[in-house]
Amino acid sequence: MGTEDRAAATPTPVLVRGVRLPNGVQTDLLLRDGAIAAEGAGAVDDAVGADVIDASGLVALPGLVDLHTHLREPGREDAETVLTGSRGAALGGFTAVHAMANTEPVADTAGVVEQVWRLGRSAGYCDVRPVGAVTRGLGGEQLAELGAMADSAAQVRVFSDDGKCVDDPLLMRRALEYVKALGGVIAQHAQEPRLTVGAQLNEGVVSDRLGLTGWPAVAEEAIIARDCLLAEHVGARLHICHVSTKGSVRILRDAKSRGCQVTAEVTPHHLLLTDDLAENYDPIYKVNPPLRTAEDVAALREGLADGTIDCVATDHAPHPVEAKETEWCQAAMGMLGLETALSVVQHTMVDTGLMSWEAVAERMSHAPARIGRVADHGRPLRPGEPANLTLHDPAASRTVTSVGAPFASKSTNTPFAGMTLPGRGVATFLRGVPTVLDGNLT
Amino acid sequence: MTTPHLLSTGDLSREEALGILDTASEMARVGDRSVKKLPTLRGLTVVNLFFEDSTRTRTSFELAAKRLSADVINFSAKGSSVSKGESLKDTALTLQAMGADGIVIRHAASGAARRLATWAQGCVVNAGDGTHEHPTQALLDAYTIRERLGRLEGVRVAIVGDILHSRVARSNVFLLATLGVEVTVVAPPTLLPGTVASWPCAVSYDLDEVLPKSDVVMMLRVQSERMDDAFFPTAREYSRRYGLDDERLTRLADHAIVMHPGPMIRGMEISARIADSARSTITDQVTNGVSVRMAVLYLLLGGSAGEGGTP
Ligand SMILES: [Zn+2]
Repeated sequence: MGTEDRAAATPTPVLVRGVRLPNGVQTDLLLRDGAIAAEGAGAVDDAVGADVIDASGLVALPGLVDLHTHLREPGREDAETVLTGSRGAALGGFTAVHAMANTEPVADTAGVVEQVWRLGRSAGYCDVRPVGAVTRGLGGEQLAELGAMADSAAQVRVFSDDGKCVDDPLLMRRALEYVKALGGVIAQHAQEPRLTVGAQLNEGVVSDRLGLTGWPAVAEEAIIARDCLLAEHVGARLHICHVSTKGSVRILRDAKSRGCQVTAEVTPHHLLLTDDLAENYDPIYKVNPPLRTAEDVAALREGLADGTIDCVATDHAPHPVEAKETEWCQAAMGMLGLETALSVVQHTMVDTGLMSWEAVAERMSHAPARIGRVADHGRPLRPGEPANLTLHDPAASRTVTSVGAPFASKSTNTPFAGMTLPGRGVATFLRGVPTVLDGNLT
Repeated sequence: MTTPHLLSTGDLSREEALGILDTASEMARVGDRSVKKLPTLRGLTVVNLFFEDSTRTRTSFELAAKRLSADVINFSAKGSSVSKGESLKDTALTLQAMGADGIVIRHAASGAARRLATWAQGCVVNAGDGTHEHPTQALLDAYTIRERLGRLEGVRVAIVGDILHSRVARSNVFLLATLGVEVTVVAPPTLLPGTVASWPCAVSYDLDEVLPKSDVVMMLRVQSERMDDAFFPTAREYSRRYGLDDERLTRLADHAIVMHPGPMIRGMEISARIADSARSTITDQVTNGVSVRMAVLYLLLGGSAGEGGTP
C-alpha cells in the first residue's frame, strides 16, 4: 500500500507498551491518526480497539532520517530502485531519506526531483526527499536550477553534487550564497580532485605497501577548510558529507567555534572499518572517501560524541555484483548502509559508552531532519507529534548476511557480511502506519 | 612452500626464499645440458595470462615451464574475450574449467594476482601486478647478487629511481630485507612512498652519497610520463641527479655491480658504457630469470604432482 493509500486509509491505532524512550523513561505510547495521541497512563486508558505491541526491553527512537542515500533510480534500477531502497530504509528504522542526485539522468531539474519524490510516495515505506544537483549534470560548471527544484512538489532543500566535489571556489561561493534565499544547504563531497587523481585507498602504510595510489587525507581537509571559510564569508549554511579524517574533525571543531554555520555527517562504516581491511584487495571495502586508519576512526567517534559531527548518514551505495567482483582499481566505490546503520552505531558508539540513546536520537533523527529541513520528522516522541518512530531491540544481535532477508536492497555489497552486530530493528512506523513489524516489512 | 601461490615477496619466509634460490641453482645446471629438459611437470598445464605486454617476462616463464615439460598456453588479453568485457573472474573460471594447474599472471592492476587466486584453483604466480609486486624479478635479482658476490647477508644494495611506482622495488625491498641485505632506496621525495620510513630499508635523496657505500646499484626504469605529473622537473634534471653516468661510475667500489630490470632507457637512467660493461649484470639477470622461474614452478607445482623426481 502506497503512502497515498495509507493517508486515505485510517490506520488501526497501536498501543506500544512498556517501551523505553531515548531519555530512559519507560512508558506506553498510543499511535492514532498518524500522530502520537497519548503517553503513559493516558495511553492505556485511551487505547480502545488498538493493536498492542509488547515493547518491554525495546528502545523507541524518533524515525531515523538519512541525509545521504543513493537510491539509483532513475537510471541504475539494476542496483536499486526507490521502492527497494526505501524498503531497506524502513527495515533500518528510517522514516525519511534523502536521495542523492547522481542518478541517470542527474537530478538537476524540477522534473527529475519530482519523479523521485513521487516514486517515494507511491512506494510508501518512507518519505523520500530528493537532493538536487548543485551544478548541471554534475558538470561543475554551471549552477542547476536550484530555485525551480526548491519550488517543485519535491521541495528540495539539500543540494549536492555528491560523488563529485564542487571544486571551483567561485561556483561554490555562488551556490552557498544562492541557496540562502531557498532555505537550502549545500552538501559538499569534499575531495580535491587534483590531489586524488587515480586515488584508490587511504594514502598511508597500507596503500604504499599494496601499490595502490594513495588518497590523502589532505584532499578532504583542504576542501573542508576552504568551504568553511567561504560559508563564513557569505554567511551561508554548509554541510560536509561523509567526514573521514582526524584532520577534518579538527577543522570542523575550529570552524564551529568561530560561529561558521557548518554541519557534518559521518557514515557508519567510517566509524568502524579501517584501511588495512583492503589487504586482500577485496573491493567490498572500496568506498569514497576511503576507509582510513584506526586513529581517524577514534577521532570520528569522538567528534560524533561531542557534536562536532552533527549526524550519522549512511551513504548507502548499492552496486551490482559485477561492479565489485573485479580488480580493485576497476571496482565501483561504495557500500550498503541503510539496514545496518543503527546496529553499527550501537556497536561503535552506544555499547562503547560514547553515546546515550538520547544522543543517537539526536544524531540519527533530530539533527539530520533539521539540516535537511524535513518537516514532521526528527520530532520528539510526545503527544501531538507525528507518529514517526522505530522500535529497536538493543539486547538482540544478528549475524549479517549479504543475500536475502533481512536485506531488502537489490544489491549485496555490504562489508558487514559475516559480522555479528548488536541490535535488531523490531518495528517502524510512518505516520502511525507500520512499515516494519516483528522485523519484517509489512 | 607453505602457500599455494607466489603473490608477494612479503609472504616468503627466509627459509622459503633461500629454498627457491637453492633450487634455482640446481635448475641452472639443466640449462647447461645439451637436452635442456626435465620431466618434472609432464602432464601439467601452465597458462601465461598476460594482460600487459611483456615479451621478456612471458618468454622467460614459457621457457621455464617448457624446460620442466609442462604444457604451456599463452593467453594474451589482447584480442581475447577479455577485451570484450569479460571479467577477470570469468577468465579465472574459464582457465579452471580448462584444467590449468598453474597460472602466471601479468596485469596492470595492483592486486589482480591476489584476486585471481581467490577465484582460480590452480597455483597463481604473480608476474607483475600494477605498482604492487613482481616477486620472481626480486628472486632473480637476489639470485644474481648471490651469484656475483657470493653472499647476501650484509650486502649493501642501493635501489635507485621511481620507487613509488615500481613493483620491482617493492618486491626487492621486502625480499632482500628478509634475506639480510641492507637496502637503501634512492630517489627524489616525489618518487618515494610517503610511508617509506616504515619499510625495512634506509632512504636517501642523494645518489652520490650512497654510491661509494654500495655493493650493488639497482637502477629502475623511469617512465617519462611521470614528468607530466610533476614528479620531477625535466628528464635532464632527473638524469643529472639520479642517472648513473660514467662519472658516477668512478665512485663505485671495484667489486660493485650494476643491475637493471630492463628494459633500459640508455642515457637517461644508465649510460650505454655501464650497461655493456663487466659490472653490468643485465644479461645474467635474464639468464637467471629462467632458472628462478623454473624453481618457482617446480616448488609450487612439482611437489603435488608426485612423479618426475628432483633435478
Ligand atoms: Zn560522496
